[in-house]
Amino acid sequence: MPDSIDAILSRYSRKLDELIPILQDVQREFGYIGPESVKKISRYLRISENQIYGVSSFYAQFRFTAPGRNSIKVCLGTACHVRGGATLLEMLERGLEITCGQTTPDGRFDLERVACLGCCALSPVVQINKDIYSRMTVNKLMELLKAYE
Amino acid sequence: MNKLKEKIVSAKKKWEEIENNREPLIFVGAASCGRAAGALELIHEIDAFITNHKIKARVIQVGCIGPCYLEPLVDIKLPGEPRVSYNNVNAKTLSVILKSHLLEGKPHAKLAIGHFGKDTYKDIPPFFELPMLKPQVRIVLRNCGLIDPQDMDHYLAVDGYQGFMNALAMTPEDVIATVRQAGLRGRGGAGFPTYRKWTVCRNAPGEQKYLICNADEGDPGAFMNRSLIESDTHAVLEGMLIAGYAIGASKGIVYIRAEYPLAIERLKHALQQMRENGLLGHNILGSDFSFDIKIKEGAGAFVCGEETALIGSIEGKRGMPRSRPPFPAIAGLFGCPTIINNVETLGTLPNILRNGAQWYTRYGKEGNRGTKTFSLVGKVRRPGLIEVQLGTTLKEIIFDIGGGVQKNFKAIQTGGPSGGCLSEEFLELPVDYESLASVGSIMGSGGLIVMDEDTCIVDVAKYFLDFTQKESCGKCVPCRVGTRHMVEILDRITHGEGVPEDLLALRTLGDTIKKGALCGLGQTAPNPVLTTLRYFRNEYIEHIKDHRCRATVCKDLIEYRVIKEKCTGCQSCVRVCPTGAISGPRSEPHNLDPSKCIKCRSCYEVCRYEAIAGDAIVIRSAEKKS
Repeated sequence: MPDSIDAILSRYSRKLDELIPILQDVQREFGYIGPESVKKISRYLRISENQIYGVSSFYAQFRFTAPGRNSIKVCLGTACHVRGGATLLEMLERGLEITCGQTTPDGRFDLERVACLGCCALSPVVQINKDIYSRMTVNKLMELLKAYE
Repeated sequence: MNKLKEKIVSAKKKWEEIENNREPLIFVGAASCGRAAGALELIHEIDAFITNHKIKARVIQVGCIGPCYLEPLVDIKLPGEPRVSYNNVNAKTLSVILKSHLLEGKPHAKLAIGHFGKDTYKDIPPFFELPMLKPQVRIVLRNCGLIDPQDMDHYLAVDGYQGFMNALAMTPEDVIATVRQAGLRGRGGAGFPTYRKWTVCRNAPGEQKYLICNADEGDPGAFMNRSLIESDTHAVLEGMLIAGYAIGASKGIVYIRAEYPLAIERLKHALQQMRENGLLGHNILGSDFSFDIKIKEGAGAFVCGEETALIGSIEGKRGMPRSRPPFPAIAGLFGCPTIINNVETLGTLPNILRNGAQWYTRYGKEGNRGTKTFSLVGKVRRPGLIEVQLGTTLKEIIFDIGGGVQKNFKAIQTGGPSGGCLSEEFLELPVDYESLASVGSIMGSGGLIVMDEDTCIVDVAKYFLDFTQKESCGKCVPCRVGTRHMVEILDRITHGEGVPEDLLALRTLGDTIKKGALCGLGQTAPNPVLTTLRYFRNEYIEHIKDHRCRATVCKDLIEYRVIKEKCTGCQSCVRVCPTGAISGPRSEPHNLDPSKCIKCRSCYEVCRYEAIAGDAIVIRSAEKKS
């Protein structure tokens, strides 16, 4: 049972510098920043919804649609790029029939690109949920996806 | 103070028990990189092995020792013997190693890479004498991979917090003077003398001052800060205490990327330990110095590595830089004097305060004192985290430490997306702030990406610029509009639609952005393009005039072919082709329909790496379109 938005807010003071930590908590709890949450944060911090969207859309971390059951993050850092990370992403987009930032219609996967997971020496790297897979190839990756329902 | 001294005594005893262990010890490198290579699974298996064979042994999780290409690393230390390190361990080799070394007491020399002693031991060379490690000087990384970062006793036993205690015995002004004598420059990239920033902040009026540790390591291809925090957490925090004391701050903040969950966990844990031992809070160790540290997670914006943007982000705003002056040292976070130091700068401080400025000046060269950590990645044989003296040449780094390049060396990118791409002629260039700047690159935070002949220079320049363009905050016009234009031009060139005038346009735009942009992101964004234009002009011209990509990377300029003489007709490629472009009956050479081919590389990979197939699919430059 996820914490309700009120429970999250009660852990914070009403200062503006709490906005990003609150948004991070909301996303951790619900998986995304929904319009209801924004409304409540706006009332709590006494700032406009507009300002909250302004701040949250600035940062790559926040998403505004529900995530899939499994999250795929393809690393497109320099080392991964040089070793073919972009090809992996392209294959996933084609295979799952979604583009970056979207969720498959059956809710099984969502797909994102990240700038760098910091495992550059093991590139190219793909993260599925919490697991990081190193030295990926297109074929290994496609095989791997079957294990995630 | 006394309480901590007692703890140090007991910590040293505990460390003694590790060095002169009575039961076998097993060390596993379990930082993020080790985990990605499978370290946690190995720990499970080791645990199971120990239980099954009823052996009394202890498993200790250590951080990252640096040579990532050897991951996962498992070390075994039997009583009275040196610690032996095994590399690239998998489930199969692990059971062999455990059986031979742990059960029978015979180190497996064939599977071992090195040991942590001085002389050769049973055909196993000393670890730090390995070609990758020998040229390195480990000051910041001195504990990484050797101690358990989660156990504060380990850190205390290797003289942890001694630097801070020395600092407390001095006046803040003397601490600043020591750092000045040591010649320490900011390791975040710009290389601004640390003491100068501190002096400004120290003398700035204001009751409340802040110290921020910048761990927003956004450069793709760089992981020095993550590794240091994960592997020697307390060293960075001790550095924060020293810096906080020197500038007169009472609040410290670690601003760290949310993408580094393990590092965040380790920091939280370490802060708790510091609090329990009186190293945080009011009147630390009985002195007048009060200090506390909080963690702020970044939310994924590259520009937040810039000081004023970072401050904006902590204040709960969009992370957009503002014009300076006033500099943060005068008016920073919430308008108070603020110092922002990089993780590595802070990690260096305890060493300087512990061993003295004189000692530190022995390393590096005039004006560029000390060492710098780099993440050496890309097409190099031995990628990893390294630390060398400033002034070491690129050649030593790439060839002596990195073991050279798999194919032919083409270029090295220093300083991440804000740096420059240097060609072979610069291999003798010493790596220091001024030398790199003189050839149009920067030191940056320490990413070194090696490229070989399979890397297309135009594609790489486009990649970096595309990255900075996407991360541009959009506040100032040169960066927002200028980088966009440059990416569009580069995009055209990689699609074979470039015109000769494009090169001049890129140059003009690049120079304008460098001069006109508001912050460091924009001012350095054109560097990859400008340097490649200078040093790899021919490749641009080939793309434009001949529609040829010599590295066979740019998709519109290449085609896939099946070599009939080599193809065995094994059908592996037919099965993996997502668009049905390859066809043909079994045991007969296959056909590849170029109109259906999307150049996804699947067939190429399967043909190269799987047993039955064999190198029958090639990628080559497409015929020039007229």
